[in-house]
Amino acid sequence: MCLAVPARIEQLIGDNHAIVNLGGIRKEVSLALVENVVVDDYVIVHVGFALQKLDQEEAEQTLALFAEISKMDDL
Amino acid sequence: MKYIDEFREGRLARQIAANIMIEADSRRHYHFMEFCGGHTHAISRFGIVDLLPGNVHMIHGPGCPVCILPIGRVETAIQLTQIPKVILCSYGDLLRIPVRNGMSLIKAKAQGADVRMVYSCIDALKIAQDNPQHQVVFFAIGFETTTPPTAVAIQQARMLGLNNFSVFCNHVLTPSAISHILQSPEVREFGLVQLDGFVGPAHVSVVIGSRPYEYFAEEFQKSVVIAGFEPLDVMQAILMLIRQVNSGRAEVENEFTRAVMPDGNLKAQSLVAEVFELRRNFEWRGLGWVPYSALKIKSTYGDFDAERRFPIAECSIDDNKACECGAILRGVKQPRDCKIFGTVCTPENPIGSCMVSSEGACAAYYRYGRFRANNPMTAENSCQQSI
Ligand code: SF4
Repeated sequence: MCLAVPARIEQLIGDNHAIVNLGGIRKEVSLALVENVVVDDYVIVHVGFALQKLDQEEAEQTLALFAEISKMDDL
Repeated sequence: MKYIDEFREGRLARQIAANIMIEADSRRHYHFMEFCGGHTHAISRFGIVDLLPGNVHMIHGPGCPVCILPIGRVETAIQLTQIPKVILCSYGDLLRIPVRNGMSLIKAKAQGADVRMVYSCIDALKIAQDNPQHQVVFFAIGFETTTPPTAVAIQQARMLGLNNFSVFCNHVLTPSAISHILQSPEVREFGLVQLDGFVGPAHVSVVIGSRPYEYFAEEFQKSVVIAGFEPLDVMQAILMLIRQVNSGRAEVENEFTRAVMPDGNLKAQSLVAEVFELRRNFEWRGLGWVPYSALKIKSTYGDFDAERRFPIAECSIDDNKACECGAILRGVKQPRDCKIFGTVCTPENPIGSCMVSSEGACAAYYRYGRFRANNPMTAENSCQQSI
């Protein structure tokens, strides 16, 4: 039940709620726990709530880190 | 950027695996605990263990909220369903936890109790609005990720003036469980569980931030790397842990910077602080009674506390004798050490809670690891599976 997933905000609806797209499935989530979310942001969705906005720059940096090759002389 | 496929790419998985092979010192062993059930699930599902050298060992921790809920609390929930006009709302995984004499919430439902599965606590709130003649109780469980949503539900119930909604609170705290493991005799005295470091929780850390782990790094000299739930995140975190151990560092590092800030989600934290306070003592399956390891509803919100609203006695029930969940949750045993794993106890007929939730170690082993010995996965196919 902890398996929260990243989802894109498709539409902001009233009452601090939004419609997200979860791999093709549209779902209503509460935005009560996040601030300044706009359409096209990606958020982590957990038990019907957006928990956090995902940071694209940081994500790209992490992906770049994965591609680094160990240099034995660094060890 | 979709934040999923990019973090499951087979080529990068092989790259990180190669780095781990190069950097892991073959003259020593590394023991890392993944605290979170979500990581246990990812490690099994994507065959990450197959990509690690034999001297890097992963130990499963107690971070599966369904697995650590003691049977007594489920029994109490079942008793609540026996009170006339009570509707009990629960996350789906809880319904199948076996209590005693083969009883579970799903069986209580089959026998006529009004038990409803909800995806969110907000659904429980709606059920309360739609059923003013009934008392709706939300069976709240989980770590720091599910607590803020419960706090929102309680505040909304107050705003709406709902007098037929209450919460049976079983929310628990990650840092207390980690402390408890580090201070346990298995780790401290007997050396039964060797621990060099932790793969830190993903979404729990989204809420609480990376700072709460600094204490473990300093006080217990353990490395902590907070990791996302995707397979590449977990592998990179293992590589970062190996690097810390190799250079004699015990620090908190964050691999999941796309979602985890040092201070976490302050809005969520302040909501939790407004509605909940520390419970003096709470029983965990596998860990026993752990002081200040759980939350209860503050007296200012006491009207919404099911433990105040209904006359329910605390009860404590021993696990099934054959079940090793307790030892597995402490990292002392592995699912295969259980004599009834995969025979009597299966996901269809779970005997213990570790087989109920997909994040439980036994369920993860059963689903993804059972036949691995004769069917080893390669980096490529193991990291390209999808839901
Ligand atoms: S296999 Fe079943 S009985 Fe054995 S430890 Fe796991 S959950 Fe308990």
